[in-house]
Amino acid sequence: MSSSSKKRERSPPSVWSCSQRDASWLRNWAAECAPADHPELALYRTLPYARVAIDLVRQRQPYIFLLGATPLGRDLAPRIASALRAGLTADCTALQIGDFGYGGKAYTDLLYQIRPAFGGNVIATIVNPQMHPQMATVREGVMRMGEPDSTRRGQVERIEIHFDEGDLTLQVLERKVWPPRCNLKGASIIVAGGMGVGSREGFRVIHDLAQVLGGEVAGSRAAVDAGLVSSERQVGQTGVTVRPRLYIACGISGAVQHRAGMDQASKIVAINTDPSAPIFQIAHYRIVGDLHEVIPWMIRAYRENAK
Amino acid sequence: MAYNCVVLVKQVPDTANISGKAMRDDGTVNRAALPAIFNPEDLNALEMALQVREQHGGRVTVLTMGPPRAAEVLREALYRGADGVILLSDRRFAGSDTLATSYALKCAIERIDDYDLVFCGRQAIDGDTAQVGPQVAEKLGLPQITYAEAIQSLQGDEIIVQRAFPLGKEMVKCSLPCLLSVVGSANRPRPPSAHKAIAFKLAATPLEYPALLERWPEFETEAALDCYLAERNQKIPVWSAADIGAAEENLGLAGSPTKVLKIDYVVLESGESKQVPASPEGVSALIQELVEDYIL
Repeated sequence: MSSSSKKRERSPPSVWSCSQRDASWLRNWAAECAPADHPELALYRTLPYARVAIDLVRQRQPYIFLLGATPLGRDLAPRIASALRAGLTADCTALQIGDFGYGGKAYTDLLYQIRPAFGGNVIATIVNPQMHPQMATVREGVMRMGEPDSTRRGQVERIEIHFDEGDLTLQVLERKVWPPRCNLKGASIIVAGGMGVGSREGFRVIHDLAQVLGGEVAGSRAAVDAGLVSSERQVGQTGVTVRPRLYIACGISGAVQHRAGMDQASKIVAINTDPSAPIFQIAHYRIVGDLHEVIPWMIRAYRENAK
Repeated sequence: MAYNCVVLVKQVPDTANISGKAMRDDGTVNRAALPAIFNPEDLNALEMALQVREQHGGRVTVLTMGPPRAAEVLREALYRGADGVILLSDRRFAGSDTLATSYALKCAIERIDDYDLVFCGRQAIDGDTAQVGPQVAEKLGLPQITYAEAIQSLQGDEIIVQRAFPLGKEMVKCSLPCLLSVVGSANRPRPPSAHKAIAFKLAATPLEYPALLERWPEFETEAALDCYLAERNQKIPVWSAADIGAAEENLGLAGSPTKVLKIDYVVLESGESKQVPASPEGVSALIQELVEDYIL
């Protein structure tokens, strides 16, 4: 979670983290870290975490308050925003600073919260002129992470924590986390399959091509829902946002919700038997053909080229 | 032990299927031409509530906030087995963001008063925010369980819920009352029952009486129609802002801290693009180019 200090100062942000251990490396990015360590915070639960954040906001009065649009962020941010009566925009894909005229007043240096809406068919720019902090959850992988500045030594300051009894009634009985089987966000080459692949066996060629090129396998939502590929490989508005050097879309029609997850790729190759598939409108290289023929040609050509 | 459930549902434009008349030539969306549907994850929420009633007994009340046309989803809820439905509708709600919406819903739920569980779908396919559930919970002072996939057990005033995430699962125990925000993988919502669809065919809100009177001239006045429907438990109540005691400054645009600065339609532009022949030679040339450009 991060907040930014008063706008006129334009200093680097404060980060409110939940462990002393995180604070030690976050110091290289942030001006201040306020770790909150407490046994009741060991596992995430809405109410204790919201309590800490709400108290901090009331004390420090940040201008902007950002959280990641992760399951945790999407559970926590609206709870905090409701308590503070603050405006919250979910799943931002971009953030800017700008002005806004409203109700006869001119507001300057507001946070522009930019996000897809209406199923991904529009891009909306939202502002909160009056109720602060301006809150937003930000989609993973959308903005490039900078380099830590090893000369920066942000201040680490412990904060006091108080819970109400009602904050602690929910118990986490069990938690299972499985390690990701793939790293789509970090992949420079992605080979993705859609419904055009046809079957789980058909996905074999997608895996083969990915392996030969040293890339990762991904799928469209339709392919995931049909069980052709596992869900953590889903690229799109409700899946992962990727920005690889090369994205090869095979048998993917290119609906808006899918494009939202991959249209930032440097180069897009699309293979589809339907010449009017929307994916061709954003592809740099268009192949109208059957992926089950084209991909083997690609594999052979790549191997020949490697010699 | 019986549990009374409130289910929050929304009528939404079918944003997943924009084609034909709904897409203008310039690529923008014509909302008025989009068919309106029952928000998919709200159907999962309703299904979960109906299953609680099947196992434990109790009442399932479905509430929606929307324009008069939203009565359509309330009828669909009746066809699936809801015991009672309420339309929360008032011009003062127009322009509400999630904060103002959750405030209105909170006031309505407080008027319903007798509930043990509140269900809602994780997110609506038009706003895509997933904020209303948690914000309603905060305003009602209820614990919230988001990403709810299954009720593992419900006994006395304790519920155990399985939550599902992309990379994990969690089991949580919570006391009632509480709010569950339900994901699409939770269940397969039952279809409308033909028997109930016939029984509730005429169910309507008073706002729909003028249109109904045209189709049913045997009712000479709205009062006669009203009496007929009320006797058969088919009159859908409409609650206004005044009915739920909502403070006007918290509603609509005035009660919404977020303002839309602008909307840009996503229109595809063809940039630099090359057609590659679907042949071994064509593909080979592509691979070569990608290698030369350091893409591969």
